[in-house]
Amino acid sequence: MVKFVAKDLNIWFGQVRALKNVDIEIKANEILSIIGPSNSGKTSFLRMLNRLNDLSPGFRMGGWLGFDGEDIRKIDICGLRKRVGMVFALPLPLPLSIFENVAYGVKMHGERRRPKVCALVEHSLKQAYLWDEVKDRLDVSAFKLSGGQQQRLCIARTLAVEPEVILFDEPCSGLDPISTSKVEEAMLKLKKDYTIVLVTNNVKQAARVGDRTAFFLSGELVELDSTEKIFTNPADRRTDGYIRGEFG
Amino acid sequence: MSNTQRSQKIAFFFLFLATLLILVPVGLIVVVIVQKGLPAINWQFLSDIPRQGMRAGGIFPAIIGTFYLVFGAILFALPIGLLAAIYLSEYAGNNPLNRIIKLAIVNLAGVPSVVYGLFGLALFVVFLRFGASILSGSLTLGIMILPIIITTAREALESVPQSFREVSLSLGASKWQTIRHIVLPNAIPGILTGTILGLGRAAGETAPILFTVAAFYLPRLPKSIFDQVMALPYHLYVISTQVPNVEEKIRYGTALVLLSLVLFMNLVAIIIRYNFRKRKKW
Repeated sequence: MVKFVAKDLNIWFGQVRALKNVDIEIKANEILSIIGPSNSGKTSFLRMLNRLNDLSPGFRMGGWLGFDGEDIRKIDICGLRKRVGMVFALPLPLPLSIFENVAYGVKMHGERRRPKVCALVEHSLKQAYLWDEVKDRLDVSAFKLSGGQQQRLCIARTLAVEPEVILFDEPCSGLDPISTSKVEEAMLKLKKDYTIVLVTNNVKQAARVGDRTAFFLSGELVELDSTEKIFTNPADRRTDGYIRGEFG
Repeated sequence: MSNTQRSQKIAFFFLFLATLLILVPVGLIVVVIVQKGLPAINWQFLSDIPRQGMRAGGIFPAIIGTFYLVFGAILFALPIGLLAAIYLSEYAGNNPLNRIIKLAIVNLAGVPSVVYGLFGLALFVVFLRFGASILSGSLTLGIMILPIIITTAREALESVPQSFREVSLSLGASKWQTIRHIVLPNAIPGILTGTILGLGRAAGETAPILFTVAAFYLPRLPKSIFDQVMALPYHLYVISTQVPNVEEKIRYGTALVLLSLVLFMNLVAIIIRYNFRKRKKW
């Protein structure tokens, strides 16, 4: 099953063209890794999928982007963002307690019954492998957690609204190797139930967790193939050069 | 001593001198007012009506009048100012018209207060037929402090990190939910700072209330918002210039009460702000 389809997708921020004629399909229950140097358009592409680019001044799009076969511009934006969750590059807890962070999205979508909210918070924290570390101090400020814990809290917060797709925007860029492996472990377990799109600066991370890998360069999709193919026998020599660290 | 060190010493000296120059007048004002005014302060002075042509008795009606006027001005200006600030910072786009509106609001803060007084006289007292009343005076003072409240509230809202908004929206919260639950709670300390500034200004101004509410001599308390009242700044002006042979300690006592009233109201706002700041967690 296909979750997202982009056909001839172009986007601009003012005069700057951030994506050029991108054609891509994202399948359900896969982890698609997107690699590429900075300014290659990979984060801009990711932020198309939950329409977060709409917040940027001067944003325009051309072409077609569909989610479950529907034009993404025609779907109710709050409903879309509920179904397509996002984890940001830096751990960004809201200035609330641990519990309230995870419960925030749930409450915004109208769930007021306390037992239901508590159950969702516990389930989400368990899915993000954070429950055992925080279960005794749920009412403590989220800023008291370590960076790695904060990032897993952000994952739990995204899971709590029960999305279908989770977008990860360089989720481990600020984390140490042990925290990184915990986040990666969580991602691999989540694949069963969710579609995951992972933007990463870390080529090795793409190799470790991605089913398929896409390589972006200067706003163009250079190559998209199975992770194994991309890392052993890429079709484009620019992909080969990037993976071997010749530029970045 | 090297050249660098010497110029550093000289710079340090002048910076310190400038700070001292600010502190000295402020300190002197407080010392003089307290020294000359304190002998007048007693229970009768605070709770009695003025007697013997305002040369004796108390200033209770003026205290109550100023309190009502400031309270009314905040009651009017804070909600409207806050809503306008939310619109300007969260909803209005960055187009030339909105930039002109923002610039106009900032400039309104610099309009002389007597102009607001005349405006209040024309609009509230005469055109809307509120007469010289607490209502007219409060509205005039409220309009005067609106620009301060809007500008500071807008800055407070804009200083809430954009990333918080993105996180909230990315979870599927609507724009209004994001403002209501994330932006506004984190902007409250800054909004209160603006309220404090507005409050002090409203309590101390004479010109805007001169034509719209202030009574020269009215030794009873107001019964409704359509009554005139005495007010501390105007009363101070009256007993300093219009009534002969008023004892010095009564004039300074009145000034001391006005100063204390403003400080007290500020203190309340500062305590509220402190409690919100403690909860700020980034």
